[in-house]
Amino acid sequence: MTAILTIIIVLFVAVALWQMVKIFDLAQVGTTNTQIADDHDNKINGYLMIGFLIFIYLITILSFWYLGDLPLMSNAASEHGSKVDNLMIISMIVIFVVQTITQFLLHYFAFKYRGEKGKKAFFYADNNTLEFIWTVIPVIVLAGLIIYGLFTWNDIMNIDEDDDPMVIELYAQQFNWKARYSGNDNVLGKANVRLIDIDRANILGVDEEDPNAEDDVIVTELHLPVGKPVLFKMRSQDVLHSAYMPHFRAQMNCVPGMVTQFGFTPTVTTADMRQTPEIIDKVKNINELRVERSAEVEASGQELIYEFDYLLLCNKICGKSHYNMQMKIIVETQEEFDAWMEEQTTFPNSLIN
Amino acid sequence: MSATADTHGHDDHDVHHHKETFITKYIFSTDHKMIAKQYLITGTVMGIIGILMSIMFRMQIAWPEKPNVLFEALLGKWAPDGVMDADIYLALVTIHGTIMVFFVLTAGLSGTFSNLLIPLQIGARDMASGFLNMVSYWLFFISCVIMIGSLYVEAGPAAAGWTIYPPLSALPMASSGSGMGMTLWLISMAIFIASQLIGSLNYIVTVINLRTKGMSMTRLPLTIWAFFVTAIIGTVSFPVLLSAALLLIMDRSFGTSFFLSDIFIQGEVLHYQGGSPVLFEHLFWFLGHPEVYIVILPAMGLVSEIMASSSRKPIFGYRAMIASILAIAFLSTIVWGHHMFVSGMNPFLGSVFTFTTLLIAIPSAVKAFNWITTIWKGNLQMNPAMLFSIGFVSTFITGGLTGIILGDSALDINVHDTYFVIAHFHLVMGISALYGMFAGIYHWYPKMFGRMMNKNLGYLHFWITAVCAYGVFFPMHFIGMAGLPRRYYSNSSFPLFDDLANTNVIITIFAIVGGIAQIIYLYNFFISIFYGKKAEQNPWKSTTLEWTTPVKHVHGNWPGAIPHVYRWSYDYSKPGHDVDFVPQNVPLMEGEEELQH
Repeated sequence: MTAILTIIIVLFVAVALWQMVKIFDLAQVGTTNTQIADDHDNKINGYLMIGFLIFIYLITILSFWYLGDLPLMSNAASEHGSKVDNLMIISMIVIFVVQTITQFLLHYFAFKYRGEKGKKAFFYADNNTLEFIWTVIPVIVLAGLIIYGLFTWNDIMNIDEDDDPMVIELYAQQFNWKARYSGNDNVLGKANVRLIDIDRANILGVDEEDPNAEDDVIVTELHLPVGKPVLFKMRSQDVLHSAYMPHFRAQMNCVPGMVTQFGFTPTVTTADMRQTPEIIDKVKNINELRVERSAEVEASGQELIYEFDYLLLCNKICGKSHYNMQMKIIVETQEEFDAWMEEQTTFPNSLIN
Repeated sequence: MSATADTHGHDDHDVHHHKETFITKYIFSTDHKMIAKQYLITGTVMGIIGILMSIMFRMQIAWPEKPNVLFEALLGKWAPDGVMDADIYLALVTIHGTIMVFFVLTAGLSGTFSNLLIPLQIGARDMASGFLNMVSYWLFFISCVIMIGSLYVEAGPAAAGWTIYPPLSALPMASSGSGMGMTLWLISMAIFIASQLIGSLNYIVTVINLRTKGMSMTRLPLTIWAFFVTAIIGTVSFPVLLSAALLLIMDRSFGTSFFLSDIFIQGEVLHYQGGSPVLFEHLFWFLGHPEVYIVILPAMGLVSEIMASSSRKPIFGYRAMIASILAIAFLSTIVWGHHMFVSGMNPFLGSVFTFTTLLIAIPSAVKAFNWITTIWKGNLQMNPAMLFSIGFVSTFITGGLTGIILGDSALDINVHDTYFVIAHFHLVMGISALYGMFAGIYHWYPKMFGRMMNKNLGYLHFWITAVCAYGVFFPMHFIGMAGLPRRYYSNSSFPLFDDLANTNVIITIFAIVGGIAQIIYLYNFFISIFYGKKAEQNPWKSTTLEWTTPVKHVHGNWPGAIPHVYRWSYDYSKPGHDVDFVPQNVPLMEGEEELQH
């Protein structure tokens, strides 16, 4: 499919090229060759400007049509996510309107006022009223966007301790993620890379002396109970990483030497998300594509049929395998979560003595 | 000050003229026109390398881990059996970014046109210091050589992204490119910064001191305003990058801990304690953000000049254009934090930077509307330079508008470091600045080489490039909004983004076609130097002083006395005149009033 598309596009481009050279050659007949645009050139390029305007609109429409099923503008799986999505949609509408109008004016004027011999341009150097209008309008629109944006930002970044969020550490290293649950006391045991002891399997450098660490649980798959606020404390042991959870509209860098944080409340379980029409469509689409190139997929050791899961991706360049550093996130009911947690080994028990 | 320029008569220049040898004329030249050409050709060569790299990594993205003859031919041992290595993929994106931002769009663009146009348009015999100008070029040349040399290092060139965030860039065990490759990158950049500083100081001094009689600041063409303000921003912000680079060198080579702390890598704890990578991010972006304006402001200046000349109309809102340049320049130095909303810095700072960042949209909007009004009711001469200028405004608007999303901290959380960012900055400062550069080259080619470029090849070049630029970067917004992170060697190692694979193929095809289209331009550029049609003295019928100099270059620019200036540079189609342009050196007619601009 892609190959055919490629060939068609290349053919179109070739034909377009050939046509354009022909047009330009024709335009040359009977003119003195000064390499300065004459009325012919002005006319042809004026019309091409209108063609280009249509091309811009077309590529906008096509992009929205084929790629506009945007998981980032609907379908948020966290409480603050829908607020982000609303702001995103409002910003997109503003952008879309301004883009459509200004591109029209620019290209239409380029067509309308294409040069002709003997015509004289309109001497128009200044107009304070106009300048005032197009200073004030952006000011008003932007003031609205700034205020809306700042309220949303503060809402996201200010963690309300009264909600009693579940504290989880996200730990990054080249090239994988670990999560450490704080256990019943909801306090993480102290940790530092200087305490890492590979021989004893203390890979996160958790302080064994700290009583808070006694009920900590270290895992490689992140489970979250639905509807419960979570506060992530991020650490990295080597280089910068970024914990990016696109479905939850969440991202924060993991910085060696400091602890960063981000909190949100997941609102849709993995099971429910799999049943939403958007995800069903997306998964169906992906699986059709995977079946098409099944030999390749199986050769890479992946399972052929894809099932949706939330992912935590690394989104800050971190070295060779940056592209392949992710952790599965499972959002489930409190009961399922408790049952899963029950099976996990606490930190002291995971050590090799 | 004009007195100085006047006493600097042309007699003593004739003396220099006789002593010129091949070496003093073409290699160690102190003539600003020759230095401009040197910058342009060096920038072009770097640009070819940068674009070739982008086509290679685009091929890897479209057809991940597939053997490719191009890779086998060009990457050698980094592409065993023609399959690109993951490390070299990161190296390619790193060096592509570095070359395009610094070597092509800073030195190639600003270096070429500041050097060519500042003395010619203000009516000066040369730069304030021809010698420093030459030093500036040769430092730039050395930094290019070192950067290219780093491609041949055993362990590979720098591969930490063009932002070279530590610790990745500081620790050779974290990335193979962070050894010798990164050392050479840092040395190259340090020399580059020195070159830029010397150049910028020269531009500032020349504009302030060497304007001809009558050339007041409010009669300057907008090109000169743009170059002048660009040089000031460069002087303010480049030294900060230099200090960041020096501190990074100290961390790397002398064991200091400015940017590093608590690191455990490859089984051992390193001694670093107390530093912070976030500090580096602040220092880097304190230059890094003004840098995008260092790139775009000269392009804006060139486009303003070309639009007025080609529309046969004065630029609309001359004073508002200057005010917006100044406003953008000021704001550009207090917005760097919008690159760091999710870096772990205090969220309150995020609020401040959101506020200042979105303010930049106001002067930018004023500029865009003024350009559109400039062509309204004009008599547009559709030369290739004009097409690229219109293209500039188009991509500047498209790319600029998405800045409203990225500058908004709440929205940036989710599109930060995705393809959305790539789409945004390539359109607003990459493609736009390239268009500005192309516009400038097509427009001032007769001034530089005394010959005309072929217009039909120019049209072909523009239209293919224009279609491909949108074809490449427009869909990228959407794959970014779908959550695809940038700098991923392969997007198929897990299934989440499989549905974007076809879009990535289409983007790559557009990139390849667009890249090939540049061959048309290169052919036109190099062939026209020798075989182009001989240019008239003022082919575009412009008002500015550079067109009063003879076609054949002379040392000192004007064979006779320097012309005096009696009017602003935008008297196009002024009522009461028979011709549709009145050069700046033509005295006011009796009863004619100079416009209150």
